[in-house]
Amino acid sequence: MDMKASKKLSLKDRYNLMTRDLAWTPTYQAVQDVFPYTQYEGIKIHDWDQFEDPFRMTMDAYWKYQAEKERKLYAIIDAFTQNNGHLGVTDARYINALKLFLTGVTPLEYMAHRGFAHVGRQFPGAGPRVACLMQSVDEIRHAQTQIHSLSNYNKHYNGFQNWRHQHDRVWYLSVPKSFFDDAVTAGPFEFMVAIGFAFEYVLTNLLFVPFISGAAYNGDMGAMAFGFSAQSDESRHMTLGLEIIKFILEQDPDNLPIVQAWLDKWFWRGYRVLTLVAMMMDYMLPKRVMSWKEAWEVYAEQNGGALFNDLARYGVKVPKGWEQACKDKDHLSHQAWNTFYNYGAAAAFHTWVPSEADMKWLSEKYPDTFDQHYRPLWEHYAREQAEGRRFYNGTLPMLCQVCQVPMMFTEPDDPTKIAYRESDWRGNTYHFCSDGCKSIFDHEPEKYVQSWLPVHQIYQGNCFTADADPSQPDFDPLADVLRWYKLAFGQDNLDYADSQDKRNFEAWRSQATSN
Amino acid sequence: MPNVFIAFQRNEETRPIVEAIVADNPAAVVNEQPAMVKIDAPGRLVIRRTTIEDEIGRDFDLQELQINLITLTGHIDETEDEFVLSWNP
Repeated sequence: MDMKASKKLSLKDRYNLMTRDLAWTPTYQAVQDVFPYTQYEGIKIHDWDQFEDPFRMTMDAYWKYQAEKERKLYAIIDAFTQNNGHLGVTDARYINALKLFLTGVTPLEYMAHRGFAHVGRQFPGAGPRVACLMQSVDEIRHAQTQIHSLSNYNKHYNGFQNWRHQHDRVWYLSVPKSFFDDAVTAGPFEFMVAIGFAFEYVLTNLLFVPFISGAAYNGDMGAMAFGFSAQSDESRHMTLGLEIIKFILEQDPDNLPIVQAWLDKWFWRGYRVLTLVAMMMDYMLPKRVMSWKEAWEVYAEQNGGALFNDLARYGVKVPKGWEQACKDKDHLSHQAWNTFYNYGAAAAFHTWVPSEADMKWLSEKYPDTFDQHYRPLWEHYAREQAEGRRFYNGTLPMLCQVCQVPMMFTEPDDPTKIAYRESDWRGNTYHFCSDGCKSIFDHEPEKYVQSWLPVHQIYQGNCFTADADPSQPDFDPLADVLRWYKLAFGQDNLDYADSQDKRNFEAWRSQATSN
Repeated sequence: MPNVFIAFQRNEETRPIVEAIVADNPAAVVNEQPAMVKIDAPGRLVIRRTTIEDEIGRDFDLQELQINLITLTGHIDETEDEFVLSWNP
């Protein structure tokens, strides 16, 4: 047999042959009928072949490298599980961050898989279609690897068991859920700007890089492995997001105002979701790599600043909420953890007052705000708790109609005053946490009046178990809501100090370190 | 000039890659964090296949960078020989 090797194709040639060259223009059906969603958003594309993935990744290379990543990842997860790696984490407070991750983030990975499968199908260009296909497969891999690695914790700790059920019901999980539902119900171009660019490029570094480095710092090889394995795909996703936005802007000058409005909207939507990440970084990691504020400065202010500086040549401006987000960095995590401490009876993870050592760190990292505004709060809670009066807020908070976060954020220039905004639409008044969320509502009230707001739904009686009887005099509505959440009272919720997780972790760790 | 950056998992596969990057980019700053290494460079950063091959003593395909990549920023241009990150190309 003739085995003479022919000259290897260049990366550019291989990319052309295996993406654009495999595509065709339909003749039995009109292009518009095959790709029906590309017109109605008003984006004008004249030549889809102008899009090129700068990584020049082809499907054959994709499968090869993804398989390699999976082999490495599962080797680490197996080793971690075999060696009871969960007992090597700093302490069991850390595990609560994983509960929030599994219930809040993992289902979004699955929605991203669906979103990119849909958008990839709808784009007429072969380049974006292949890149979206790869991202769609990546995202389902992320969902699966997160479920696999966290299932090990589910064997030992409370609060993991009903993650999927809870994602669709629990009050704080409606924040990430509604964010992604909002994106996948937009048109294909808006979805790409929302998730591909605003979320992946501008914001996900904040979720996966310092937080996952933090997981490693706290001894969690399992979370480090899935986090960084996911993030290696994220580099490709960020690149797709940046290239698609440049491509849209280069295709027609009429696209700029549409794209700018989406950037303003989706930066703010994504930023609000990151409230949960800010709190995880500053309060839920027993050992911290960097503060939320430092992460914001590195990944948003410096890097995002360089990015928008670069995009200025297309006429793109920094998103509207940017300035406020930069001011908020001194307050965000503290206000969020205070809210969860308040509602610690209704959360599927444990909450706690930061220790004196934690507060010393917070004072150093937040010299302008922590001692003045937040330390007194924690010291008050700690005194109450020491006297047997651990505070649990038994009321329901008002939620923002758009981001669905409880109204807990303060005015950008007055950290002692809660911000309230409202709009009237067709005879009803709607409430918002910020100018950013109000402005999103005012542009699309028809969409956001449909928000499934957990607190409204509880008051309307839609969050009780099937056999509940609210007419009975001894009916306890909040207890029944927790049953409907499948949240085991006294086991999945309340303070870390009294938790079964804490007792078990300490007992098991002492077994692991002595006879 | 604003920085571009690239970050890798910190392991034995990436150690020679980071050394190659430092050799090819004198202005690069290496920042080691738990489990990861981030390299910042003003305006432009280039990763050369041949420099990595000299470090590791075998053939290297630049797409292998994907395996340990964590994040990056800047416009990308990748060929068989070079992987370049830059602002305002």
